[in-house]
Amino acid sequence: MADSTSDAAADEGAATDAGDSDGPEIPEIDLPSDAFDAVLDALADRSDDDPLRFEGFAVVVETDGDDTTAGEAVYRLETAGNGPLTELSERGLHAALTEHAPAVTDWYVFEHVVGEFGPRRAFLRWIEDADGETVDARYAALAEGIERAWGELRITATITDRGERRYDVRHADDAGVPVDELNAYDDPLDARDLVTLDEKGRYRPLKTAPSLAGGWVFPDLGPRDAYEAVETIYPATVANWHREREGELDVTNWRETMARQSGIYGVVKTWDRGEGHEHVNWVAEACCDDSQCLKRREWEYDDETELDVDGGEGVFPCREPCSVVVSAARKWTKLESEQPRTYEFELTPSEKEQVEAIIDAVADGRIDDIREADTKEGANRYRTRFLRAKLFDDEGNLAGVPTEPDGEGEE
Amino acid sequence: MQSLVIVAHGSHLNPESSAPTYDHADTIRATGAFDEVKTGFWKEEPHFREVLRTVEGDEIYVVPLFVSEGYFTEQVIPRELRLDGWDVAEWDSDGLSADQATLVAEDIDREVHYCGPVGTHRAMTDVIVRRAESITGDPDVGDDFGLAVVGHGTERNENSAKAVAYHADRIAERDRFDEVKTLYMDEDPEVDDLPEFFESDDVVLVPLFIADGYHTQEDIPEDVGICEDHTEGYDVPAEVDGTRIWYAGAVGTEPLMADVILERAADAGADLGGALDDVRETTRVATGD
Repeated sequence: MADSTSDAAADEGAATDAGDSDGPEIPEIDLPSDAFDAVLDALADRSDDDPLRFEGFAVVVETDGDDTTAGEAVYRLETAGNGPLTELSERGLHAALTEHAPAVTDWYVFEHVVGEFGPRRAFLRWIEDADGETVDARYAALAEGIERAWGELRITATITDRGERRYDVRHADDAGVPVDELNAYDDPLDARDLVTLDEKGRYRPLKTAPSLAGGWVFPDLGPRDAYEAVETIYPATVANWHREREGELDVTNWRETMARQSGIYGVVKTWDRGEGHEHVNWVAEACCDDSQCLKRREWEYDDETELDVDGGEGVFPCREPCSVVVSAARKWTKLESEQPRTYEFELTPSEKEQVEAIIDAVADGRIDDIREADTKEGANRYRTRFLRAKLFDDEGNLAGVPTEPDGEGEE
Repeated sequence: MQSLVIVAHGSHLNPESSAPTYDHADTIRATGAFDEVKTGFWKEEPHFREVLRTVEGDEIYVVPLFVSEGYFTEQVIPRELRLDGWDVAEWDSDGLSADQATLVAEDIDREVHYCGPVGTHRAMTDVIVRRAESITGDPDVGDDFGLAVVGHGTERNENSAKAVAYHADRIAERDRFDEVKTLYMDEDPEVDDLPEFFESDDVVLVPLFIADGYHTQEDIPEDVGICEDHTEGYDVPAEVDGTRIWYAGAVGTEPLMADVILERAADAGADLGGALDDVRETTRVATGD
């Protein structure tokens, strides 16, 4: 009997393969014993009216086992198109499932390796579009390598001949670079050191700033470690992305966020004076633009008032003003409480444009890109030093005009 | 599934601020006592507001890596973690005795055990002593040595000085050091005048701070006089007015801090197996033999 069932299963497996012969090639997958054991364990807890479902088929325990099995469990494999394979011994089931190894290993990966935790499961399924594509299509794509972008990361998912997923995580700028030309890591927590400093060695206070340095790779992570690496590099981004996909992202707008602040940050709420939200537009333009942060800003001024600046294109959302924004807003709250004054300076037209060029260069983080001898650039160091030499007095006042009209309380 | 969440201040400016938090998390992770160990920050990411949504477990212990009870442990952390119904009375504390409160975190709609800060736990006393051992390289340091425990002072929080005095008293009771004194940065007795308060030729100075940063690497070394300018660094020991000062830097960087975090979680009901013994063993000061 074992022979006949295994033949039947083999025929069915062959039929499935033949049906996909025009598409990308599905890799040969062995059925590992840990996956098969997990199937047996899952079946042991089930009754005959509670099938264990895989893509395209299901397995149930036939509780009315026949006498020849001497008390061993007997299984039935049901497929949508063909008749069931009945009275399978454990060995017979193994043979039958071997013919369905892609579907069984896929079930095993997500039920036993990845597990239930919502963000991790959703993220790893998203990588291979597990909720949109068939097992065969995914296995074929994984055999070639599925690439996904996450912030500045390039994640490449592949599959082994045992159906296990492997992930290569690296900076997108390092796409295509051989692993042995990069610093390779295998512990996802090592990513903490990779995200601390930018490529110029400066501290990165905001993990989602587009200043992630490259030159490293996690070449061969399992599913859980791949998730951990991504969550270490961009903390809580998967969790928030997951909530958003579930329609449960808890956005906290500017006003509510500032109203919650206390201590030295309590002052920020006084910046909202019921005179519009232009100041928050400026904050968002300054801090939340895609050039500054890869999160997609979903928070607005308040429930009724959207900001006028673009929230960005990021994959993962920003659900409330972050601590960097709150800290900067504290400074601006103080600075913006000052009243404007009229100062009189004399500048040549080129000097006015140079001041604008300097502000642009600093705001866009371009000062290091301006070549030392490129005096065509207004923000060139020699040009700027010349401007200072010409226009500043000994106290550092622009054009000799004191900040305070009476010359006191400068700074 | 049992989870530990260590919450700490972090910094927008100083990359060293989060280093002890990560180090202690790694030490605890290695014991295997928790199914997961997460870190959350006020100034870094994941933020207090979002750390709990990264936690998978259903038995969650939140331990603040702060030196005293006060603004952060009583207001900021419970608010940002969204602990439903939090009231500082839950701790029923005299400023030193906060242990834990079990509350539902609205963010995840699960209970968390919110623990008192590490700095006021009795086990912290041992960390201060251990810090003195590691900075002197002598596991038996004490004879002919004074110990100065230095705190911020009461300017912003009276509990800060209470924690300093609590541990100093406990160390003094052990009769291990010739003298044990409390000094402060912004009130009398001030750390600036350290040599005046000690008769011992050698004094270990242990600041009760979690991380090395502005206060421990710039303020205190310059105020005490072990350097003119912090950018030039300082010697250990350094002699000031005839006293050899063994400046230990932030006590929170001492590996044994991991033990205090575990103690906090254990007090709140965490099942730690042999983790406490493991940590005490692995963080021991080598004798140098």
